[in-house]
Amino acid sequence: MISGTSRRERAAEVAAHAVVALAALVGVAALVALLGTVLQDGLGRLSLDFLRDPPSRLPGRAGFATAILGTLWLMGIVIVAALPVGIGAAIYLEEFAATGRLTTLIETNIANLAGVPSIVYGILGLAFFVRGLGLGFSVLAGGLTMSLLVLPVVVIASREAIRAVPPTIRNAALALGATRWQAVRGQILPAALPGILTGCILAVSRAIGETAPLLLVGAVAFVRFPPDGLGSRYTAMPVQIFSWIGRPQAGFRSLAAAGIIVLLAILLLMNAAAVVVRNRYERRRWS
Amino acid sequence: MTGSPLGAAVEQDGAMTVATASGLTTSEIVYRVNDLEVRYGGEPAVTDLTLDIAPREITAIIGPSGSGKSTFLRCLNRMNDLVSGAEVVGRVEYHGHDLYAPEVDAVEVRRRIGMVFQQPNPFPKSIYDNVAFGPRLRERRPAGLADRVEAALTRAALWDEVKDKLKSNALSLSGGQQQRLCIARALAVEPDVILMDEPASALDPIATARIEDLMAELKRDYTIVIVTHNMQQAARVSDRTAFLTTDVSPGGGRVGRLVEFDSTDVIFTAPSDARTEGYITGRYG
Repeated sequence: MISGTSRRERAAEVAAHAVVALAALVGVAALVALLGTVLQDGLGRLSLDFLRDPPSRLPGRAGFATAILGTLWLMGIVIVAALPVGIGAAIYLEEFAATGRLTTLIETNIANLAGVPSIVYGILGLAFFVRGLGLGFSVLAGGLTMSLLVLPVVVIASREAIRAVPPTIRNAALALGATRWQAVRGQILPAALPGILTGCILAVSRAIGETAPLLLVGAVAFVRFPPDGLGSRYTAMPVQIFSWIGRPQAGFRSLAAAGIIVLLAILLLMNAAAVVVRNRYERRRWS
Repeated sequence: MTGSPLGAAVEQDGAMTVATASGLTTSEIVYRVNDLEVRYGGEPAVTDLTLDIAPREITAIIGPSGSGKSTFLRCLNRMNDLVSGAEVVGRVEYHGHDLYAPEVDAVEVRRRIGMVFQQPNPFPKSIYDNVAFGPRLRERRPAGLADRVEAALTRAALWDEVKDKLKSNALSLSGGQQQRLCIARALAVEPDVILMDEPASALDPIATARIEDLMAELKRDYTIVIVTHNMQQAARVSDRTAFLTTDVSPGGGRVGRLVEFDSTDVIFTAPSDARTEGYITGRYG
């Protein structure tokens, strides 16, 4: 007879299986519960008017429009400010920087910046952009603060994408007499682009979800009009949701839930876009 | 493009006709390597290398792993500059010019000396764009680019196979085709030397034979230096063969050293060094 495993071993196997499966279920259950409550509270409040109307003191008439537009402004500023700088820094570190103390210092700094709590970026933004540069509580100050917040994410993701390009591609270009920059622009960047794009989408989606730093740099809940310029006052989706939740009236609670649905839908859409970009180009890999 | 690769000074150098061991004049010699040593992080990887490379010939570099064959090859187009910690001591003359003189631009050197790598490494782009990459480095819209692409592909014996699909991705080609594409890509910048680092070691025997035929064809116009693990290949294609081996360096590490450099016939039939004979008869390496 072949009977190696004892009864005790088999019992341990079953128990372990049950425990780890339960652990996996906790995450799913939490998500389902969250989505369930939010959908139940907010779905009824969701309508075209909700997306089009400005906020109001009356929960029945309040809308999400200024918050959505404010977030779009922030996104635009982040795309213009953080992405070129982040991708540029990644190219420098991967392709140009000599290994040395300065490079190590920059690398350590970026790695640490990625772990700094977002509220600290808010304080920095308040001190530097709002007061130091005198931008005031403007959408520009908010966007630049968000740009700082996502910069390390962009740098790290772009570096990984560039590093994933096989060195043989780089050697081929350089052996043909390309300068470093010609090799980067002509071959390495195009090959790394899908990875860079994926990282950038995720970075921007992180900026959309952040609330804490915006509270410090002047996003306020009650703004009647969307920004009409970089100096405008503004609000953003998570800030608006945060303020609605703080109100005592029940009407605002369902407003907040409706806002959460919109915010989640946009975030999920962006994450899905990142996955699509990645999968689409993954098949086209070099051998 | 032969003649005066690094400037008009070559013509003047050509006036000196000093006979050399290989029976060539200094003006004809493509590379004159003298007492070359390459160090990585201070440790010598190959040392004491002295040899001349003759024009329109195939020079094979053979030897066991770690004997510094590829390291040596990468000195000939300054690809070693890209390895951090690499240091080249000694002299490499290219048509009479010190390749490592401070005023020499390594990028310019690589535009005159083509290189083909062990693993076929086409860019993940169209066949046409692969070949056009080199010419496009110098000018945005090179004159007669389509003709140059066709000429390079024809010389690399690939034109007939790809002429109807120049726009398709180079990675859709077979390994052997990819390697010939890489040769075409190198030819398109009109070099006078082609360095090949084990160009057929990743290919099947049929694809290998095609590359070897191509090399025999190309040596009419180009100087070829090939590193190979395959001794039969060296015997088949090359005119001269350099045999490198590994020695124990004074510091205790392993260092590559030139044992013997002669015409391929001599190396494979009557080598003067016992180590060469041992290697080619398969007793070690």
